[in-house]
Amino acid sequence: MQLDIRLPIGLMFTVLGLLLVVVGAFLRPNDHAVNVDLWWGAVMLIFGVVMFLFGRRGTATARLTEESSEGQRIEEMEHRSGLES
Amino acid sequence: MKLTFIDWTVMVIYFVFVLGIGFALKRYMKTSTDFFLSGRSIPAWITGLAFISANLGAQEVIGMGASGAKYGIATSHFYWIGAIPAMAFIGVFMMPFYYGSRARSVPEYLKLRFDEKTRGFNAFSFALMTVLSSGISLYAMGLLLETLLGWNFSFSILIAAAIVLVYVFLGGLTSAIYNEVLQFFLIVFGFAPLVFLGLKDVGGWSGLQMRLATVATSNGFAPGAMSHSWKFMGSPSSNPMGIEWFGLAMGLGFVLSFGYWCTDFLVVQRAMAAKSMSAARRTPLIAAIPKMLFPFLVILPGMIAIALTYKTGGSGFSLPKKADGTFEYNMAIPLMLGHYFPTGMLGVGLTALMASFMSGMAGNVTAFNTVWTYDIYQSYIKRGASDQHYLWMGRMATVFGIAISIAAAYVTTRFNNIMDMLQLVFAFVNAPLLATFLLGMFWKRTTGHGAFIGLIAGTIGAAIHHGLSLPAGGQPGVKGGWFGVLHVYPSELAQAFWTAIFAWSACFVVTIIVSALTKARREQELKGLVYSLTERTTEDNLPWYQRPAVLAVIIVAAAIVLNIIFW
Repeated sequence: MQLDIRLPIGLMFTVLGLLLVVVGAFLRPNDHAVNVDLWWGAVMLIFGVVMFLFGRRGTATARLTEESSEGQRIEEMEHRSGLES
Repeated sequence: MKLTFIDWTVMVIYFVFVLGIGFALKRYMKTSTDFFLSGRSIPAWITGLAFISANLGAQEVIGMGASGAKYGIATSHFYWIGAIPAMAFIGVFMMPFYYGSRARSVPEYLKLRFDEKTRGFNAFSFALMTVLSSGISLYAMGLLLETLLGWNFSFSILIAAAIVLVYVFLGGLTSAIYNEVLQFFLIVFGFAPLVFLGLKDVGGWSGLQMRLATVATSNGFAPGAMSHSWKFMGSPSSNPMGIEWFGLAMGLGFVLSFGYWCTDFLVVQRAMAAKSMSAARRTPLIAAIPKMLFPFLVILPGMIAIALTYKTGGSGFSLPKKADGTFEYNMAIPLMLGHYFPTGMLGVGLTALMASFMSGMAGNVTAFNTVWTYDIYQSYIKRGASDQHYLWMGRMATVFGIAISIAAAYVTTRFNNIMDMLQLVFAFVNAPLLATFLLGMFWKRTTGHGAFIGLIAGTIGAAIHHGLSLPAGGQPGVKGGWFGVLHVYPSELAQAFWTAIFAWSACFVVTIIVSALTKARREQELKGLVYSLTERTTEDNLPWYQRPAVLAVIIVAAAIVLNIIFW
């Protein structure tokens, strides 16, 4: 599909996670033994970042061949086999 | 329950993303297929998560929490036998016909397999039922936010409806599906800490079992009645659900569950949007994995809520009571959120709750606009118009579908009984559908006349059964018994399950008889629509974890293990 859903999901959880971590760390709005905002915010943050990175990797983008080592190898092979001058 | 600026920020962030997805997808909606079927291009993991998220509406989260408080772990029957086997069945056996026939909706499959009248009957009843049930869930949401946060009823339902309208109007089914996936994760992340904190509070599963024993014995049951799912199903009087194992297995486990998961376009539409046959077949199977674990997310908080309420010495939490002395079970989950979550996490939890309302509503709306446009408008009102015209119609249907839902929500506030009666009628229409689909897909001799008359017979069968029976303690009327009372069921659930069993049987028998008496269609025309006349798709080229049959076996085995653990 045209828009990778992992990008908005990743972004949203990154933002929410950051918000909760900050609230948990500085405001400590909590009388439980566990600082839920801080810990669960951290979990959401990690989830968000991982989702976002997967989304980025999964998105097909056009890049010049010489930009990556893999592309350079292919160019070299094509040179040797005479496919490309 | 008091919200702070931080909680509001969380809500606003969510709304921004939901609407943003709609706007981002707008430019891809070029044809009606894009709008109604996402161009059949979505990967299986996304359609799979959308498949359960669309079902994860208000009834699910609030209702299952409430049932957890009322019935205990036996509520898991709605998942482990009331969903998983049906989800495995549709993925392995039925999806090849839904997806393979290229039908654009469930009613359209009925048209291809049977005839116009069967499709018409299903399309009209489904369309009406969908908009009304989305209205009823809007009503439930407005009421909940009013009691919980003191929000104005009109304000909350109009805001929620407007957001759903914008994102479905712009991005069609893709937008609904993408948002359902977003909502799925939000619901998981919003409720998981609740379970953790609650369990920690009551001393883990064993502590909860001990507390629930008090609850069960104070209600006149054996101590284990709320922490065992099957052990006390021998007779209706020994478990809080008031049902015995046979009615449970046949009514819920077979007729109602297969009827919903295998024929309801709301969920089937998600699978139809998948990018390939194998992705479509994997959709319900992937969905079954989180579905299987949902009892821990939505039922446990309800069980913890009732356990805390009965705790002697006061735990700081107790469920409020209604005027008639019974507990306000529906408030179990919302009040637990307020009890355990500090500001910040509370915002996430409440947003998750609203997300569940919105995903349920968006599911209804997208199913409605498709059935309206393809099965009603294109078939009976305006044939042969351009694709652009139908795309436009789909957008218009989104607008007036939501308008009718809002109207229905307001009607419900005034006349609760009308809605109860309508839902009852729909239950009658829905109950026999499964028999029609099973016979249609697996018996080539089934005819259009047979299917149509069978459906009518099943509907009437359901109505007669309901009219002659009553749940214990009920007054004749909406609860049944309006012909006279022949049988009294120990609970409303038992009555509902048996109504479904009767409807299914009536439809099954009548369809077979009428089919045998009417002329069958030529086998040539039924290729791809009936099991025995369709070539099996070979999936040998796929790795094992992508083969539907393998996945189905794993899922069913896992569900059996869960049943045994909580036996």
